[in-house]
Amino acid sequence: MTEVATLTPEPVRAPSLPAKLRDAETLSEHIVEVISDSGEGAQRCGQSLGAIAARTGNGIWTTEIIPAEIQPPARSVAGASGIRIRIGTKKVTNGGDETDLVVAFNEQVLIGRVRAGELKPGAQILLESMWREHRDPKIVASYAETVDSLKKAGFRVYEVPLERECHKLVADPRKGKNMFVLGMLCNLYSLDPKLGHEQVALTFGKKDPKVIKVNQGLLEAGYAWAEQNLDFKYRIPAVRSTEPQIVVNGNTALALGVLASGMDICAMYPITPATSVSHYLSDVFERVGGIVHQAEDEIAACAFAIGASYAGKCAVTVTSGPGYSLKQEGIGLAVMAEIPLVVVNVQRGGPSTGQPTKVEQGDLLTAIYGSHGDAPKVVLAVSGIEDCFYSMITARKIAETFNTVVVVLSDASLSTAQQPFPRPAFDADWLAPPLDQTPVPDGAKPYDWDPVTGMTHRFVPGQPHGMHTLTGLAHDRGSKVAYDPEINEEGLRNRSLKIAALQKTLKTPPVFGDPEGDLLIVGWGSTKGAIEEAVEKMRDEGLKVSSLHLTFIQPMPSGIREILKRFRQVITIEANWADNLEDELIDQDNRRYAALAMMLRSRFLVDIDCWTQTRGQPIKPSEIVRFARAKLATPTA
Amino acid sequence: MTMPVTQCLIKLHEAHHNLEDYQGGVPRWCTGCGDNSILAAVQRLCRDENLAPERTVFVSGIGCSSRFPHYMKTYGFHGIHGRAFPIAQGVKMARPDLEVFVNTGDGDCCSIGTAHWIHALRYNTNLTVILHDNHVYGLTKKQASPTSPRGLKSNTTPRGSTMEAMNPLTVSLGVTNASFIAQAVDWIPELLFDVIKKAYHHRGFSFVRVIQRCPEFLPKMFEPWLHDPGRTLLLTHPNGLTISPELSRTYTNQIAHDPSNLDRAREIASSEDPIPVGILYHNPAVPCYDDLRAVSPMRTAEQIRAGLESELDKVTVWPDDDSPVRRVA
Repeated sequence: MTEVATLTPEPVRAPSLPAKLRDAETLSEHIVEVISDSGEGAQRCGQSLGAIAARTGNGIWTTEIIPAEIQPPARSVAGASGIRIRIGTKKVTNGGDETDLVVAFNEQVLIGRVRAGELKPGAQILLESMWREHRDPKIVASYAETVDSLKKAGFRVYEVPLERECHKLVADPRKGKNMFVLGMLCNLYSLDPKLGHEQVALTFGKKDPKVIKVNQGLLEAGYAWAEQNLDFKYRIPAVRSTEPQIVVNGNTALALGVLASGMDICAMYPITPATSVSHYLSDVFERVGGIVHQAEDEIAACAFAIGASYAGKCAVTVTSGPGYSLKQEGIGLAVMAEIPLVVVNVQRGGPSTGQPTKVEQGDLLTAIYGSHGDAPKVVLAVSGIEDCFYSMITARKIAETFNTVVVVLSDASLSTAQQPFPRPAFDADWLAPPLDQTPVPDGAKPYDWDPVTGMTHRFVPGQPHGMHTLTGLAHDRGSKVAYDPEINEEGLRNRSLKIAALQKTLKTPPVFGDPEGDLLIVGWGSTKGAIEEAVEKMRDEGLKVSSLHLTFIQPMPSGIREILKRFRQVITIEANWADNLEDELIDQDNRRYAALAMMLRSRFLVDIDCWTQTRGQPIKPSEIVRFARAKLATPTA
Repeated sequence: MTMPVTQCLIKLHEAHHNLEDYQGGVPRWCTGCGDNSILAAVQRLCRDENLAPERTVFVSGIGCSSRFPHYMKTYGFHGIHGRAFPIAQGVKMARPDLEVFVNTGDGDCCSIGTAHWIHALRYNTNLTVILHDNHVYGLTKKQASPTSPRGLKSNTTPRGSTMEAMNPLTVSLGVTNASFIAQAVDWIPELLFDVIKKAYHHRGFSFVRVIQRCPEFLPKMFEPWLHDPGRTLLLTHPNGLTISPELSRTYTNQIAHDPSNLDRAREIASSEDPIPVGILYHNPAVPCYDDLRAVSPMRTAEQIRAGLESELDKVTVWPDDDSPVRRVA
């Protein structure tokens, strides 16, 4: 990686017609990827590009491509680390289909993306050319062979001497070429280089001003190089929002939501892809007050949050699949003892260690039916970045109003995806009321279950006359351990009724598209943007397709039964496993359905089909369109 | 501030507590169970220290020992097996104004909750902890516990348990940040009280192992010690326990031990026979996690708003050119 100094000057291999002589081609959207070895800064480059485009007024969605290891082998197919940025004129709600243009720091990481089918046919590839002169003949051969085969496959390959150009400005070009690439991309997408400068200043804001200067120099060099040497240029018209927008990823939005909700204790244990919520929150809490408690394990994190909630305001614990499994006993305790608790599960591929950095929606049924015995809790799923923010405020409120556990499901794709949304305007109503320390009235019981709603107050330590021992054992209204059969059922009934009481307050989710038609696609979580984009496309083609996206899954709002009835066919689209009827052993009787499909089938007795994808990649709108068209073409039974 | 005399009297009456103010339900422990001695000592401590019942919380896990909170007339949290420590840490972190105690057993603490125990010692949260160590699982009907002596015949070790017992004292004394480690036995109530009182007054994670009898499953276990006071070693020191002359007549086996001496504490702790009773280690200088990481109790809506706005400023795209973000550049 350090042989750059030995490189002999080489004519630039890019076509000679300078871009400045060509008009920028106007596009409504484009998908660009930057792919590198881990640690080469592709993600920082892409995030900056996304931010610049967002500030220009473009719709953006960024999707990170993350290897599971910190330092996977260099130049390896599996080690590809990078980012995809979808830039559009209109609001962008998902990562979109295949990539139009990719910048790759070596040919190996690119191969992985090509094999995965992530590049559009004929996509433009800007490839670091230093490998052509590498001293290892095997690398030279691999590079040359890959370039040839990519060209043969119809890709338009531009070889770019990234490190050689950067070496003119910095001693270690490997560290700086991401900003050079950012400059190139600013030029290619006709973005204001001044915004680029500002973005670099923001990105490196905490560092030495010299560092900012150097990186701005690299940005300029990249911009100039593209201007001089590339024969194409794009412009994606932007509509500047009239409202302030914020650009953050899903995990940062969750953390900001925790802050905005007034929760001040977050207990966690490091786990991918949830941890960055706590990173951000740790930093913010240092300034605003509150703590992120890194517990000794997931179980302790849950127990700590329960203890904090019991004695004070509602606390939150943030985790992912394996950690969520470990918290189950604690969640059961919180349900049984009626302690408010918010649990965030940023889902990843499972079971077991599975695919820690990849997206999957595999934990829905675990979230709803987890723990043991009958442990009713609230489960809601976020479907976008803005949702991540507001979900924390909603979850905190529900947890404290109903004294129950609220599970918020996000996933690996939302965790690192960025999308602008209107800057939230703080409202003091988002916060919990101050802790009640007033004396408990005579005769009041810690579990004064309302006969209709099952709801109860809770006595917080410090309240005179409220002393009782809270227990995970079956208990009566006085929180006394009770083995009486009636009392056990009374508790079960009331804890279940609370879920119904919440359900009565929920609004029927809106149907996207016409309220009736041939096909209804039902989804939940991060697939919302892709599903609605696919539906829009099919409706433009005249197909009678609509979609319905669920935020509350336990309890499920009223009115869904009626919606389902108005469509000839209903399918769910989910990123979790479902058996395929094409498999020899699989039939209607033994097929394991996708999670939401199973829920809907059992609740509404409707023959709902499902289509799922568990490749660890966000579901693409084009895949949904393909499946839905095929579904519409098959006659229904 | 002046106060009418009647109000003063009411205040005085309210502020003064009797033993009954801490006595919850009638304990359901077996007759002769050592848990009863611990309960009596703790209720006495609460009365002597005049703890406000509404500001006192007993947290426990699962097992015979962990029924403890039900028999107190304070707030109580009877949690889940092995997790009393993190629950109690959460309580204390959210509410530093509360007095928080933990009752745990040898299965709860030394088996299923071991990870939490080790880390609780290291966090050094300001909690008073009593390990009710009867060397056997009681509530699940006689299985060997980590502190069961080798050879113990139980329902899961019918030919006798095969491993040496774990020593909770030496384990605790091996953990970084351990700040108060003591031992008592249920059959010397006077010292049991004294040790728990010392533990209560230590600011930090005060760990008291109480060796206690289980009359149901190990009725004869501690008889040799009961019959021979010489097999109990009392640790005395001006910074530890001082033994009354009455007690000294029976328990003559005493040594002076300075609780600040960690190496000596580890040596003494290694002895299973005689059983050491007293303060093994005390270091008031270890910082408490709840002090180091205290949540600001004054976090107002305005502070939260200001904090949020300043975070949002960093990531905002403003519609006009005169934005804070632009000014940064």
